[in-house]
Amino acid sequence: MPLSGSARAAAFALGALMNIALATPPAQATTVQEVTSPSGLTAWVVEDYTLPIVAMNMAFRGGASQDPDGKAGLANLMSGLLDEGAGPLDSRGYQTKLEDLSVTINFDVGADAFYGNLRTLTTNLDEAVELLRLAINEPRFDAEPVERIRGQVIANLRREESDPNDVAGRLWSATMFGAHPYGQSRQGTPDSVAAINADDLKAFHARTLARDNLHVVMVGAINGEKAAEVLDKVFGALPAEANLNSIAEVNPAVSQTAHAALSVPQTTVRLGGPGLKRDDPDFIAAYVADHILGGGTFSSRLYKAVREDRGLAYSVGTSVVPFDHAGAFVAATSVGAANADAAVEIMLEEIARYGEDGPSEEELASAKDYLVGNFALRFDSSQKIARNLLHFQLDNLGIDYLERRNDLIRAVTLEDVKRVSKRIWSQPLSVITVGPGES
Amino acid sequence: MKSFLPLVLLSGVLMSSIPAYAESQVAEIGAEIPRMAPNAEEFRLANGMPVVVIPDHRAPVVSHMIWYKVGAADEEDGQSGIAHFLEHLMFKGTENHPGDEFRSRVAAIGGDENAFTAADYTAYFQRVAKENLGEMMRYEADRMTNLVLADDVVETERDVVLNERRDRVERNPDAILNEALLRILYLNHPYGRPIIGWNHEIEALDRETALEFYRRYYTPSNAILVVAGDVTPDEVKRLAEETYGVIPARADLARAARPSEPPGAGPRTVTVRDEKVREPQVQRAYIVPSATTAEPGEAEALSLLAEILGGGATSRFYDGLVRGDGIATYAGAFYRSTALDSSRFVIYGLPKPGVALTDLEGRMDEVIATLLEDGVTEEELERAKRSAIAQAIYSLDSQVRLAMIVGQALTSGATLSDVQTWPERIDAVTVDDVQAAAQKFLRAEASATGYLEPLAEERS
Repeated sequence: MPLSGSARAAAFALGALMNIALATPPAQATTVQEVTSPSGLTAWVVEDYTLPIVAMNMAFRGGASQDPDGKAGLANLMSGLLDEGAGPLDSRGYQTKLEDLSVTINFDVGADAFYGNLRTLTTNLDEAVELLRLAINEPRFDAEPVERIRGQVIANLRREESDPNDVAGRLWSATMFGAHPYGQSRQGTPDSVAAINADDLKAFHARTLARDNLHVVMVGAINGEKAAEVLDKVFGALPAEANLNSIAEVNPAVSQTAHAALSVPQTTVRLGGPGLKRDDPDFIAAYVADHILGGGTFSSRLYKAVREDRGLAYSVGTSVVPFDHAGAFVAATSVGAANADAAVEIMLEEIARYGEDGPSEEELASAKDYLVGNFALRFDSSQKIARNLLHFQLDNLGIDYLERRNDLIRAVTLEDVKRVSKRIWSQPLSVITVGPGES
Repeated sequence: MKSFLPLVLLSGVLMSSIPAYAESQVAEIGAEIPRMAPNAEEFRLANGMPVVVIPDHRAPVVSHMIWYKVGAADEEDGQSGIAHFLEHLMFKGTENHPGDEFRSRVAAIGGDENAFTAADYTAYFQRVAKENLGEMMRYEADRMTNLVLADDVVETERDVVLNERRDRVERNPDAILNEALLRILYLNHPYGRPIIGWNHEIEALDRETALEFYRRYYTPSNAILVVAGDVTPDEVKRLAEETYGVIPARADLARAARPSEPPGAGPRTVTVRDEKVREPQVQRAYIVPSATTAEPGEAEALSLLAEILGGGATSRFYDGLVRGDGIATYAGAFYRSTALDSSRFVIYGLPKPGVALTDLEGRMDEVIATLLEDGVTEEELERAKRSAIAQAIYSLDSQVRLAMIVGQALTSGATLSDVQTWPERIDAVTVDDVQAAAQKFLRAEASATGYLEPLAEERS
């Protein structure tokens, strides 16, 4: 109800890991073509001339898990610096061009990928592409912007030190993954960010942005031929291969407890445990199962138990979180500190019961109806289409996933969901709390 | 420019991040100046209910929104939070569709739904496949008159809202500062009250208060229907007449004028010290006209002024205070043109370590003084206009955003035409207009300044 958008955002403020939407689009409205450039790069392209806009989303597999020891936050810092001076343009020159052309270029980092997106009016496409080419190929990492952006990142990290959601997100990651790269914050720490220098940035740029770990989607007023030209122009000169550290497979920790003391009137709760990776044959079943347990906005078991029946919290939810090298589960809420123990107990009981019994036929049918019907809503703007298709690419789902996805949901049986529920939720979860009380 | 700053300070609507009217509007480009929502159509049902339709045929989905011209600033003294509390309670069922039947139905068809409350409006929406529009309209029309509330449901939901207040405000230093700043900025107008309400007044809200508010304000002529998506105005008209149209007209509710601010009240300040504060901050709000209350052209000039002064990576504040050896980590400005009564022009800054808030504030004042004295350049103005125009075009990409812009404008006293022609009006602004607006409105006597500081900070 009210404010669910933000409610879910709050509940899921665990970082980029939570943004891995299992999207699925309306087949009839979106036609995706695969385009190959003369130099052999590929992109998925959706041609639509309704608006004079081109949206382009890209990802380089790697991301924050590639941060070197002691330099956590390197990929994130780089994401703030590619548009702060490139080629012949210094920071102010580059930003002025962007604003003069009304072009938006943004970069961001996830656990397993480095993301970029471009939005431009068609009339400025060529100039926008040149600006993107400069950012991707020739970032300068000049001293002034490095220090300025570093200062902003560190200021933000310090702000997060007293934000219960941020503290809980970090503690969840650290508890789940320990010394594995997934266990450290994508933003790093004030110390690790302070330790990063321009050579680190240049080296990271050189080894993580390459042709072989690149994924691209373009949506809007652009045809296949132009898209191929753009691909080569922006990415053609990148190294053939990225030089990525291999990341170990990891299982999230079970049965752990962790608490961080923070003087706030609430206790922020995160439960965690193993989930499934995206390529697990049971992933779709797990996604449906999670929707019933806590993923559904207003309809889930936990929403009913914690909010509707007892008024204990404003937001409560769960998610199955597929990393490239781990599958995880998270449940999240924030409750008045006095109710913290009761809320944790209620959630653990609900989850354990669900692990044991799974859902009813009716719950499964409702969840499938929702997920099938909701698919189209994820593809009603250029930016959403580009974002969702990019994730299909990263998850190796194939260009026809758009057409297949709803059938995959429909095919999930009660037996599937019960099996996968037992697999995920019959294990003892870890409990992370942030709020009043000693650490 | 990537922003690492979570701008909680930009709140104003109790929902996630709703694009404000001014920020997601329009402007000029070359000879052809685009219009916002150029193909939108409006009409009125026999019972007085206005309808706006914004066709967008790219995907087979629709966004159905009902806006009520009542918000937190319309609450009686002592009942702060009732508009928002009622918004929560609107999901508790009706005589015809008890409990969560409506909600379950939305879920069954894969729809998204939500609601939100602001100072001047309350709105509800569903996003669904287009064939479900009529059904959503039947449910929503039913909910306009047939709400049923049980005491225990009301009590539980009140706990939810109290938890929401803790989530949003009490654990968040930026929100605490924002609340404190508004409290002293407005000496008489209800915009000074938090939209979610004061804790002790929320605790006292009950079923009867909610129903009274509901009966008074939830009427056809006090509502506005906005439908965006894969529909035609004719279809919407037919469906609206069958659903909302059968609700009997009620006497037109003249919106009561709210208390106005005493002129020349003088600058005021507030300091919030909280142990959760890690990064100090200074924020100042000036009471300025909204698009509804301004003289022609003033709101447009203020929008461009905010962009030039503190809107982006080439703004005066960013260039002068953040880049190079600047003393701030961040500094910026923003203005929202949409409000029924006055609006606010806000500037903010976060000092680098070791810099006193008052020093940063002094430097911000110097930047403003220079602008008041010398005005802005043609180059700055053109860049700000181009950006505003491009935003207008980009906003066409999202049917929800367009519907939001229209709904916010129409519940704030603007017309559809005002929304559509915003780019043209932006285009007409001159450098003299911007300077004149700055000189007229960036005046200390109608401002409040808030300082957010760590508990232990020692100030010299």
